[in-house]
Amino acid sequence: MVGFEDYVARIEETCGEEKEFVVIFRYDKKHDAITKILEKAAVKKSISRIIFELTFRNVSFRLYGTGKAIFRNLKGKDELKKVLSALLL
Amino acid sequence: MLDLDKIRKDFPILQRRINDHPLIYFDSAATSQKPRQVIEAIKDFYEKYNANVHRAVHTLSQEASELYENAHEEVAKFINAKGMEEIIFVRGTTEAINLVAYAWGLQNLKREDEVLVTLMEHHSNIVPWENLSRVKGFKVKYAEVNDDGTLNYETFENAISDKTRIVCLSHVSNVTGVINDVKRVAKIAHEYGSLVLVDGAQSVPHLPVDVKDLDIDLLAFSGHKMLGPTGIGVLYGRREILEEMEPFHGGGEMIKEVTFDTMTGRCSISWNDLPWKFEAGTPNICGGVGLMAALKYLKDVGMENVKAHEKTLTEYAIIHMQECDRVKIYGPRDVRVKCGIIPFSVDGLSSHDVALFLDSYGIMIRSGFHCAQPLHEKFKLKSSVRVSFYIYNTHEEIDRFVEVLKETGQF
Repeated sequence: MVGFEDYVARIEETCGEEKEFVVIFRYDKKHDAITKILEKAAVKKSISRIIFELTFRNVSFRLYGTGKAIFRNLKGKDELKKVLSALLL
Repeated sequence: MLDLDKIRKDFPILQRRINDHPLIYFDSAATSQKPRQVIEAIKDFYEKYNANVHRAVHTLSQEASELYENAHEEVAKFINAKGMEEIIFVRGTTEAINLVAYAWGLQNLKREDEVLVTLMEHHSNIVPWENLSRVKGFKVKYAEVNDDGTLNYETFENAISDKTRIVCLSHVSNVTGVINDVKRVAKIAHEYGSLVLVDGAQSVPHLPVDVKDLDIDLLAFSGHKMLGPTGIGVLYGRREILEEMEPFHGGGEMIKEVTFDTMTGRCSISWNDLPWKFEAGTPNICGGVGLMAALKYLKDVGMENVKAHEKTLTEYAIIHMQECDRVKIYGPRDVRVKCGIIPFSVDGLSSHDVALFLDSYGIMIRSGFHCAQPLHEKFKLKSSVRVSFYIYNTHEEIDRFVEVLKETGQF
């Protein structure tokens, strides 16, 4: 069964008061992941198609053409996993 | 003057392209890149000399032992220690500081004593002392940092007293690059009978460091930040201090004898000579060999040249980063009091956003707290972005970095 883990190589949780999650997509799946995310999330802004400012179910995040994304204002990793599952599956 | 073209050719990784852009590596404060001389020394060791040290009489072991001991000697010369008995190989700066905390601190610190650190320390020079204070009950005091990131010597002088047993401070801040006046601190500390432990992780790779001239008691630094491999670092200690200290780890190599007494039913143990008393188990032999190659490389370049090159890069970067509207630089801008580290933030963007944006252009920089949260709290920062330079960086790379940094204005 396919899970969001199939697309995600690593999740880095930043330290500090306002935690951010940096999601690094698997190298061989990053284009698939970006395509799927761009299909589902609303693009607020795009810079040279390198960086996308997106929203999905009231969650704001930035997606990078290099295969990385940064999520903020989430309650925790469980919420992130739910968002990633909804975006990627 | 550095022959920059020649130097850059020695670093194979600089040929890489990241995200279709030439690699620009501005994260040397986290770890440095390695020249082929170091890479080849490691390869050469495993191909020709690999054996355990101080264990056997066969030729390979003798050769490996000689190389490993030479590495200690070369480190001693590099920092002007008296000899290899004052040089203990450890995993890195963190382990060196923990060694002092647990080998010296556990034995010597009492409830009524005080340990004085500064607010600009890396967590590795805070956590071991705070941890140990919970066991031993002594007080950890903090010298303040001024708004520009320099050490507030007045609060340091107010905080030190006859109760202070050890002063622990970084030579160069890993966040701001500020160079602390270690000589001044050591003079005051010694007047109060306190030891001085210096975190040299950001100074030994970038400045000429002379332990005798600084008159410090203990110095910790890492090989991987000075062109050497990871997993090898150094604790320098004045011989008389190391002689009195109990070992940190127990096992092979660090003992002379372990004899079983049938009367008591226990073993009696005598410690090995310095520095081996503190190097239990099979050491990182190859790491030592790699570090020796790194030191030779730096000596050939010349530490005064390293310092001068980074100074020009830092000055140039500060001038041009100030051209970026939303960029705020922290710490002093006067390159006479700092090394090649510049922390900054971009208004409206998190540090990780900035780092990911620059990464898209092949520029590697650090974001976050840089393991120095108290200093960030002092600056009222949630996190910061940090660029740090080394001998292989160029003014052209800074031009490109500033050009990309200006593009963050599009966010």
